Amino acid sequence: MAVSSVSAIGIASPANRARLLWALWILAAIIGGLGFLERLLHGDQATDFSSYIPWGLWVAAYIYFSGLSAGAFLLAATIYVFRIRVLEPIFRLSLLLAAVTLPMGLLLIGFDLGHLERAFLVIIRPQFHSMMAWMVWLYTAYLILVVVMLWSSYNSDRPGRDPEAVTKDRARLRVLAMIGIPLSIGFAGGVGALFATLAAREFWHSSLFPIFFLVGALTSGTALVTAVVAWQWPSRDAAWKDLVTLLGRTVLVLILIDLILELAEFMTPSWYQIGSFYELTRYVLFGPYWYVFWVVHLLLGVIVPIVLLAKNRSPVVTGVAAALVAITFFAVRLNLVIPGLVTPELRGLEQAYRDPIGNRLTFAYFPAWFEWQVLLGAIAFGVALWYVLIRLFPQVLPSPAQSSEVGQ
Amino acid sequence: MDRRSFLKVSGLIGGTLGAADLLTIGDALANPNADRTASLPVLDRVKAEPGEDVLIRMQRELVRAMNKPLEKRRWGMIIDTRKCVACHSCTVGCIMENKLPPGVVYRPVIDQEIGSYPNVSRRFLPRPCMQCDNPPCVPVCPVKATWKRPDGVVVIDYNVCIGCRYCITACPYQARTFDFGQNWDHNAAHGNDGGLALETCRKYAQEPSFEYGTTWSRSEGVIPKSPVGNARKCTFCVHRLEHRQLPMCVTTCLGRATLFGDLNDPATLVSQQAVRNNAVSLKPELGTEPKTRYLL
Ligand code: SF4
Ligand code: SF4
Repeated sequence: MAVSSVSAIGIASPANRARLLWALWILAAIIGGLGFLERLLHGDQATDFSSYIPWGLWVAAYIYFSGLSAGAFLLAATIYVFRIRVLEPIFRLSLLLAAVTLPMGLLLIGFDLGHLERAFLVIIRPQFHSMMAWMVWLYTAYLILVVVMLWSSYNSDRPGRDPEAVTKDRARLRVLAMIGIPLSIGFAGGVGALFATLAAREFWHSSLFPIFFLVGALTSGTALVTAVVAWQWPSRDAAWKDLVTLLGRTVLVLILIDLILELAEFMTPSWYQIGSFYELTRYVLFGPYWYVFWVVHLLLGVIVPIVLLAKNRSPVVTGVAAALVAITFFAVRLNLVIPGLVTPELRGLEQAYRDPIGNRLTFAYFPAWFEWQVLLGAIAFGVALWYVLIRLFPQVLPSPAQSSEVGQ
Repeated sequence: MDRRSFLKVSGLIGGTLGAADLLTIGDALANPNADRTASLPVLDRVKAEPGEDVLIRMQRELVRAMNKPLEKRRWGMIIDTRKCVACHSCTVGCIMENKLPPGVVYRPVIDQEIGSYPNVSRRFLPRPCMQCDNPPCVPVCPVKATWKRPDGVVVIDYNVCIGCRYCITACPYQARTFDFGQNWDHNAAHGNDGGLALETCRKYAQEPSFEYGTTWSRSEGVIPKSPVGNARKCTFCVHRLEHRQLPMCVTTCLGRATLFGDLNDPATLVSQQAVRNNAVSLKPELGTEPKTRYLL
């Protein structure tokens, strides 16, 4: 989606544009690659998260990417299970986006671990009481499911496959999609529960959190699919226009639902301006990073897209609006993770014992360059994965000559 | 205290500290009863008497508790905030004992100011791990790397912990910190004594820690050597207890403000202090049931 934002700049000649995109990608890959190297050699030393703010940019990015994945997948599965004909052409594209965005998140959360080499322990000695163990198991199951679905869908229209087998393939695909719906709802909501189950953290400890995460996943995932369809769809015919318009409308509805949930989540506990939750809401709204909420999230991620989507029918504008939603959703994720950690659990702890050397005993956090670098690397990795996969599965973007092959 | 009993006390404390060098360190996690001695011979020479130093009493109680099976003991700590003078000896003693790197601290002393000028007072709140009886940090761990031992101490297996830091976010007292792999020699040398500071810090970085009765030589790398990359926390010095030594913070406490002992034994100092009407636990509303309590 980094690429789709670039498309908004609109560079005249396609050849020039391609060259620019390549140059940007190579730059991102080099910077990110150096970040990966630094991470592998020196661990998390160059990060700015700390003992008191133990989760930072990467955790926010992880829930962001896994949300994109769950959202795109839910869209794909719904299309297939409920046979939503108009959206059938984008079934595979959504599935493939789900398959690309999740590994981006997993890469970042892997780098976040102090002992990446022990990650497999979650599989061999899980504690199923832990929400995090659940997440790992659900992701693993989900990733396998997505790969199997992609493979079945690819298989079903290999030239020369006999029609009976194709029918069987499709039936199987439908069953898989049905299994996938609760699975992806489970993990999209489950990530929220990972935070919400902690009684120690008032900002997170709310029953609305998992729901908020789930709707957030749907909103951002659908927006991403919309942006990619608007930008990369091979044919620019009337059917495409209708498709983008419909997707744009869906995104609009989802943004509004998300906004209602957001109001409920933040206004209910702080309405009478008393209590520690109110202080945390104030931190989000008027703290040092006020612009993350007001400018990035509310203005660019909600107001501008709503205006664009409500008034306009041009697929390009819809694409831009959707891209804005998809990208700025990262701000929502950041504002869910970080504020939960910024206040000392015991008054005065921040002064009790300081760490002038590593700066790890502080309640101030701003992602270090190194953290952005690794995030950039993950994005470059995702873009590369997407580039390779759409070439491996060319039916994802059906050329104008092809008709819709999905569904019965 | 007269001169004779002073000598006895210093002999006792010196003796117990020295014992660490003599005894080989066993694996407290795998074999909690390693190196058990029935008593400390030096204690036989110190008669229990009223008004004796609480350290001697606690030492005697410690030996008694260690002669019981692990599951019969229940360690607790009482911190008398009125006696704490905020000298930070416990913080520093703990750091030295466990060879803590920058960014890791098990027992900071929180300095809380109450009121405003001219009516101001201060309260000092040393904050070790509360050793919750119902620890919220335990069930969150995805790999069962942290648990409550039968004697009530919440421990971390450094060889299993994947460093996800979920437990750090789950602890309501922020008693867990993360080992980022940094050392004191990084950025340490400034001023006239810079060279000396640097050399000392380098030596310190080489020193192993004996937490849980294992020898840990930590270092950063492609595969970091634990406890680098792990969550870390106060252990009530279980490795010292095995050698009949009180936790380091208890022995270094200038004001005798930190009391330690077996809560299962009704005759111990901590059992008696824990039920005083001015004994409180932090955030009782969360139901964590801390075994570290405060006298206000
Ligand atoms: S940081 Fe280690 S001990 Fe804590 S929850 Fe993660 S794996 Fe468990
Ligand atoms: S104080 Fe924190 S680290 Fe210690 S047992 Fe309780 S929850 Fe766990």
